[in-house]
Amino acid sequence: MNTVSIIVLVVLAILTLVQVMRISEVSSEIQGGKDNEVSEKDNDTQGRLMLLVGMGFVISVVVMYVVWGRLSLPEPSSEHGSEIDGLWNLSMLIINIVFFIVQPILFYFAYKYRGKKGTKAVHFAHNNKLELFWTVVPALALAVLIIWGLNVWSTLMMPENDEEPIVIELYAQQFNWTVRYSGSDNALGFASVYDIEGANIVGVDTQDAASADDVVTKELHLPVGKPVLFQFRSQDVIHSAYFPHFRAQMNCVPGATTNFQFTPTITTAEIRQNKDVKRHVEEVNAIRTAKGEDVWDFNYVLLCNKICGAAHYNMQMDIIVETEDEYNAWLNEQKTVAETL
Amino acid sequence: MSTMSTKSTENPHFQDHLMEHHHEENFFTKYIFTMDHKMIGKQFLVTGMFMGIIGVMMSMLFRLELAYPEQSFPILEFFLGKWAPDGVMSPDMYLALVTIHGTIMVFFVLTAGLSGTFSNLLIPLQIGARDMASGFLNALSYWFFAMSSVVMVVSLFVESGPASAGWTVYPPLSALPQAMPGSGAGMTLWLVSMTLFIVGSLLGSLNYIVTVLNMRTKGMSMTRLPLTIWAFFVTAILGVLSFPVLLSAALLLMFDRLLGTSFYLSDIFMGGEVLSYSGGSPVLYQHLFWFLGHPEVYIILLPALGISSEVIATNSRKPIFGYRAMVGSILAIAFLSFIVWGHHMFITGMNPFLGSVFTFTTLLIAIPSAVKAFNYITTLWKGNIQYTPAMMFSIGLVSTFVTGGLTGVILGDSALDINVHDTYFVVAHFHIVMGLSAIFGMFAGVYHWFPKMYGRMMNKSMGYAHFWLTFITAYGVFFPMHFLGMAGLPRRYYSNTAFPMFDNLADINVLITYFAIIGGIAQLIFIFNFFYSIWRGPKAPQNPWKANSLEWTTPVEHLHGNWPGEIPMVHRWAYDYSKPGAEEDFIPQNVPLAEGEESGH
Repeated sequence: MNTVSIIVLVVLAILTLVQVMRISEVSSEIQGGKDNEVSEKDNDTQGRLMLLVGMGFVISVVVMYVVWGRLSLPEPSSEHGSEIDGLWNLSMLIINIVFFIVQPILFYFAYKYRGKKGTKAVHFAHNNKLELFWTVVPALALAVLIIWGLNVWSTLMMPENDEEPIVIELYAQQFNWTVRYSGSDNALGFASVYDIEGANIVGVDTQDAASADDVVTKELHLPVGKPVLFQFRSQDVIHSAYFPHFRAQMNCVPGATTNFQFTPTITTAEIRQNKDVKRHVEEVNAIRTAKGEDVWDFNYVLLCNKICGAAHYNMQMDIIVETEDEYNAWLNEQKTVAETL
Repeated sequence: MSTMSTKSTENPHFQDHLMEHHHEENFFTKYIFTMDHKMIGKQFLVTGMFMGIIGVMMSMLFRLELAYPEQSFPILEFFLGKWAPDGVMSPDMYLALVTIHGTIMVFFVLTAGLSGTFSNLLIPLQIGARDMASGFLNALSYWFFAMSSVVMVVSLFVESGPASAGWTVYPPLSALPQAMPGSGAGMTLWLVSMTLFIVGSLLGSLNYIVTVLNMRTKGMSMTRLPLTIWAFFVTAILGVLSFPVLLSAALLLMFDRLLGTSFYLSDIFMGGEVLSYSGGSPVLYQHLFWFLGHPEVYIILLPALGISSEVIATNSRKPIFGYRAMVGSILAIAFLSFIVWGHHMFITGMNPFLGSVFTFTTLLIAIPSAVKAFNYITTLWKGNIQYTPAMMFSIGLVSTFVTGGLTGVILGDSALDINVHDTYFVVAHFHIVMGLSAIFGMFAGVYHWFPKMYGRMMNKSMGYAHFWLTFITAYGVFFPMHFLGMAGLPRRYYSNTAFPMFDNLADINVLITYFAIIGGIAQLIFIFNFFYSIWRGPKAPQNPWKANSLEWTTPVEHLHGNWPGEIPMVHRWAYDYSKPGAEEDFIPQNVPLAEGEESGH
């Protein structure tokens, strides 16, 4: 019944609109029938609106920066993170300069050159100097960004290590993460999906000597100031290990091992004292208390950032960055593969 | 129609020949199995609009979920039935909606609906040809598209749900029915639909290329072509070179799904057992997909840029600034678009050296893009701008092309991509630069060439209202998404409530949803205006915008063969607006040079 009445309403609304249109057309025909042509008045009104709305848009962008700028991720908690943020800031500066020059010019021209009776446009078909100018200037700006960008990229992807990085495996499956530490030999034992059985959820080959001291856990602890080489595997579909606070991300691809290295620089305890993080936590907790939800304390978090199925939105793991001593103490408490399997 | 070869256009008896056949038309030959390019263009447009309504409605439904996660809405239950028990959208349905929304908007609306419509309508009319090189292939191209649309719509109703692995349908998620319900029959139909779509697209593109190369009228040299034709021509070349690669990717995926091959699959443990696939690579699929996928962005965008070039020049009453640079940048963008696909894959674990190469080539695209943007703006400079609704949408396009293009400089940089990859920053970027620019170009095209398509004018005031509501809500939806992305919010999350760190972004998502709903409803103005004007709009004059290109020299009433007499000969380029010394502020292409007049082209 409800559906029928909605359909009837929609039909009636369309019929009304058609009649209104017809009446307005008939009345305009009586007045000479020019009503639907673009008049000088239209050019004037729409030209002014272009300036008004266009500038309104540009100003609203400024407002958004002011109001929402604070929502961005806090300072990077990894060594390479500051290089990424430096490059990010330069790129943002350049594109914002272009944005705040080009958009106002566009809307100003749209207003300034709105059609007027009796004026004739200027016949200006090309100008090689001008065109060369705005080919070369973007090219130069891009050259800077490309060279800097490639530099940062290669230091990220091929880091020079003074000390051997700690090797940690991150193992993805629908819809959770598992961690495997390489233990005292800093070498991961061979593993494959063919070895998955019972409690051996990541498929460690127990015959491999390197696997004996491996530690499989559901918690991710990292020592501060030590380079960590993550190796990623997935057992089912593609996942993506996203560490937003460390400016790190790598896909986990079934059938292959991928890797990403970074050095955490700020412990969880320290970042909780960061003023941006503190404000963020206060803001969030105000919202949560109002809704009657649990109070939240900041934790570094690992998210899945490649669509992987129904619970993709909740595939997460906390990351605890602590001092080396705390880390070693925690790791020593964990049972090794030799002990559990 | 088979007699309508290039030679017959020169035949003086051509018109008699036409007259003989004209009165035989009935409903089916005129509207359904037509081989007339103008009618085929309209078929593409109406089908594209129908698909567009589905695609936009889907986005309104999932925006509701994003603003009010896991809350109950009767409207969700009405549309989604068992996928929204008690009015709460299920996570599987959310993923299905974003997947089909993307597929429909990218392929069905902005590829077929945009390029299909205007290439068909304008190529013969603007180059001075009686019809496409092959009317039959052209009709076939539409019917493949129509069938693929039907299959896609049917796939929405299969029991296990439509495809839901994202519009890029990466395996193994899309390959294994165990991975998610949407990878069952829905995914098979998705692949069938895309295969039909690709066949249709290839038939169309080959036809466009041949027509532009062989059937230009006397005097219509390549450098006298309107920029619309250049854009459609290069788009067709992109399509011919890249769609077959997607077809092969889809076929291999089909083999993996149905025949047990392992092109994309290896070492998979699912449902308590190791599957028998071995030796394949999921990343191979991504290479094949994006080898189409990136040129596809320009397949979508170039026709919109071509349309806006034409509309901006006509309504500024000025020649397009830097015609040769505009053509050059179309060619440069098209060439570069084939060697940048890896920027979608920086973090797949591919060789970092490849990442460097793709960063380099990707950022290069900014140069021809910048040239285009500056040339548009210079075309406005000292113009005499006539604010038709088409012109408004074209200016809107320049604005979104600049805004969205700029964030491409960030995402194209491999080092910066790491931290915003697959976040809302990406969603903001590609919706603004590709989605909005292309849809604005499409609206501009519809408003501008409606008189040519239907012989009537669309209502101007509704056009203005449509533009302003669309322009404001479009930025209102997509600009704030940059800030969500910079806060680290991943895309394709059914709900953000699992992460307290995102709780303070909830307000922005509500705001975005308001804009999305208003913007979606505003499109009803356009749809009403469109259909009302088809039957009741004021009759159009022959050349309503005082434009130069050849389509406005044809009679308002459509006829097979386009021109009642001989095909006009072309004496000048399409942009002789406000030429000093001329009486009027436009000189159509078929007007011979005056004595002593110089032709720039």
